[in-house]
Amino acid sequence: MSGPSDYQPTNPALRWIERRLPIFGLIHSSFVAYPTPRNLNYWWTFGAILSMMLAVQIVTGVVLAMHYTPHADLAFRSVELIVRDVNYGWLLRNMHACGASMFFFAVYIHMFRGLYYGSYKEPREVLWILGVIIYLLMMATGFMGYVLPWGQMSFWGATVITNLFSAVPYFGESIVTLLWGGYAVGNPTLNRFFSLHYLLPFVIAGVVVLHVWALHVAGQNNPAGVEAKTEKDTVAFTPYATIKDLFGVSCFLIFYSWFIFYMPNYLGDAENYVPANPGVTPAHIVPEWYYLPFYAILRSIPDKLVGVVAMFAAIIILCFLPWLDSSKTRSSKYRPLAKQFFWMFVVVCILLGYLGAQPPEGIYVIAGRILTVCYFAYFLIVLPLLSRIETPRPVPNSIADDVLAKTGRKAAPMVSTVIAIMVAGGLLVGGAQSARAEGGEVAPPAQKWSFSGPFGKFDRGAVQRGLQVYKEVCATCHSLSFVAFRNLADPGGPGYSTAQAAAFASEYKIKDGPNDQGEMFERPGRPADYFPSPFPNEQAARAANGGAAPPDLSLITKARSYKRGFPWFIIDFFTQYQEQGPDYVTAILEGFEENPPAGVTIPEGSYYNKYFPGHAIKMPKPLSDGQVAYTDGSPTTVAQYAHDVTTFLMWTAEPHMEARKRLGLQVFVFLILFSILMYFTKKKVWANAH
Amino acid sequence: MVFCRRGGPRAPAGLPVAMGAAGAVPPAADKKGLGIVTTASSADHPTRRDFLFVATGAAAVVGAAATVWPFIDQMNPDAATIAAGAPIEVDLTPIAEGQDIKVFWRGKPIYISHRTKKQIEEARSVPLSSLPDPQTDEARVKSGHDQWLVVIGICTHLGCIPIAHEGNYDGFFCPCHGSQYDTSGRIRQGPAPANLAVPPYQFVSDTKIQIG
Repeated sequence: MSGPSDYQPTNPALRWIERRLPIFGLIHSSFVAYPTPRNLNYWWTFGAILSMMLAVQIVTGVVLAMHYTPHADLAFRSVELIVRDVNYGWLLRNMHACGASMFFFAVYIHMFRGLYYGSYKEPREVLWILGVIIYLLMMATGFMGYVLPWGQMSFWGATVITNLFSAVPYFGESIVTLLWGGYAVGNPTLNRFFSLHYLLPFVIAGVVVLHVWALHVAGQNNPAGVEAKTEKDTVAFTPYATIKDLFGVSCFLIFYSWFIFYMPNYLGDAENYVPANPGVTPAHIVPEWYYLPFYAILRSIPDKLVGVVAMFAAIIILCFLPWLDSSKTRSSKYRPLAKQFFWMFVVVCILLGYLGAQPPEGIYVIAGRILTVCYFAYFLIVLPLLSRIETPRPVPNSIADDVLAKTGRKAAPMVSTVIAIMVAGGLLVGGAQSARAEGGEVAPPAQKWSFSGPFGKFDRGAVQRGLQVYKEVCATCHSLSFVAFRNLADPGGPGYSTAQAAAFASEYKIKDGPNDQGEMFERPGRPADYFPSPFPNEQAARAANGGAAPPDLSLITKARSYKRGFPWFIIDFFTQYQEQGPDYVTAILEGFEENPPAGVTIPEGSYYNKYFPGHAIKMPKPLSDGQVAYTDGSPTTVAQYAHDVTTFLMWTAEPHMEARKRLGLQVFVFLILFSILMYFTKKKVWANAH
Repeated sequence: MVFCRRGGPRAPAGLPVAMGAAGAVPPAADKKGLGIVTTASSADHPTRRDFLFVATGAAAVVGAAATVWPFIDQMNPDAATIAAGAPIEVDLTPIAEGQDIKVFWRGKPIYISHRTKKQIEEARSVPLSSLPDPQTDEARVKSGHDQWLVVIGICTHLGCIPIAHEGNYDGFFCPCHGSQYDTSGRIRQGPAPANLAVPPYQFVSDTKIQIG
């Protein structure tokens, strides 16, 4: 994209096309012969990683849209059916849902890299602003995508975010009505969000083309921050940059796969496995992690309009960065003060993100306000001031000089980085301690599960016994509407044969019809039927259970969780601990106590449960010793029942878990081998450049 | 790096003979030489470098191909659709002689005709040589249940649904492009190339069939 090319294909057919449409010349000059600075480090591979993530999101998104139903009554179920029934549906959904997080993760690194090395400075202002526009489009796309599964967080996220626009003076209410297409968030909202969620990625792709175009006009910035002057400063894009980018991409894929195959729900909210309920707001509304810093800024300001303005300003201010920071030196490598403040700013952003996930009370509000001030001060005070008072160190004469100076020198750990990380760590620990002091809840004890860890499998016996407990006890009140009888014979499940599943199904009476006379009738269940609900509708369930409708149990082990807090949520990432749900469900089943502790009063019609939030649960103690007669000699105790039924419910919540972990292992072996090959290939290719 | 030490001494032996030998050994054996790429002296060793590039490229192709499969396979019918396509039972008692009904199985209309003596007679008296898709009537019904014709009611031309009891052969007439079928559902006239297909079915009892 840098002017006409003199490239001529050798193949006569290609030359025929080239004369009429010089597309091969365009590709050649943009992605083959294009000169890139030879001193680019691996932070620069995130551009390629982002291109890949955009492609992954578009491809998986188009595929998911083939199976998704954008209707308020059907959306939640259609997403679950994608995961359960579509071939590799679980994989595609995990790729898309985790892909959104990876996309943002990569874009934040890309942005911080630009910030550190001054990539926004003259002549790259338009390039930078186009990047901010892409980021804004990504936020809009990500938000609308999160609404589509139509869970509780989807619904209430949509409500809260659309209500931001009600802060606009005079026109606020009209704008919000326009966004909703109704009196409240509902089916029209979901439909238009689906449409826009499908459209915006292609708009992003269009702006990315402009972004790359602007990049190829100005040329890439580099860690030294000096422009490429001679041929010695650059290498050809292909093979040097391509191979390096591909190595970066393959390493990133390992990180991405960790989420897809082992931690698919780590970055999601358990609440979003509860279908949208316009009548009940979840206790803690938390957006996806990539919005948290801005959410924290929004909540820090006690005025509605100012809060909204501050939140948007926090992003828009990036557009003015090229003029706020007028220092002639691009790279922070040569700006001793700017470097320190840069790392402090990184820490401020991370801490704001942490605060965004905390309840808006007490110390969190005060800390949020301080950090909000820090955030804006970095742009409005620190950067303009530094560019006037700071004396930068001398920059190298050329990129080639920078490369030569680097060989043989070992990078010492940066003191400022260490200090910044220590400060951040200290603050986080402090925050966590105060959080623990506030909550009086008892965390459910961690259980041993057969299905935990990277090689975990369902204990067949436990799943079968759990099915028995569900059928004999839970099924009197709780439905299991996402599970079909045929699933009992699926691989990775309870391990029944097709005939056993059919026999199990035939014991149930299923309502069918209408027949030729127009009447509904009952018939024996078939494998294709789903577990019937004990109540005809939610109102009946509510009426029969003291006003609290027993929740559907299909997803309960994924829809329930408890707060892990710092530093556990970081350790969990490495240990792959994600059994908060099963631990909680077991704890509830075992946590009933006849007499509440002294000083605790439980309302009429409720029961005391040690682990239930608020302790007053409408469900009476469901299990007692000896209640279900096991045929395999397992102990008939409440603890055993609870363990078995929870194992069963973990399987109903994620029937393809074993396939996920099995494929994950194969993918990991492949990706690690491939990355090693890529590493040596890259080394080999670059050996010629040094 | 054990590989380096093992491969290192071999690298300087850049003789044409040695290069040929390295290229000929099976991939498993040659992989041991991978570490060689870390030694600078191997830069002028085209065979080994080519092997590394070929191995990396091959791994990339394998990975890409394996990645494409889920995206293709997701278009196949999902488990719920397959389960819904299970066999169905149809009670034949309400169908009087000369009548027919239409039921749906796997989204396809199935015609079940209770044929009259005359219709069976017509179907069986046609010489096979005059049929575009020769097939006896006996081969299209279950023996002992000759009065029952069960066919998929989808025209073999382009998928429209033929109308029963219409056309010149007292069988089926497709309104889209004028194909005509006889009382055995065989093509007699028009653009359709084949007879109406017979779905898999069996008689569970004299008055009940299971389709599928």
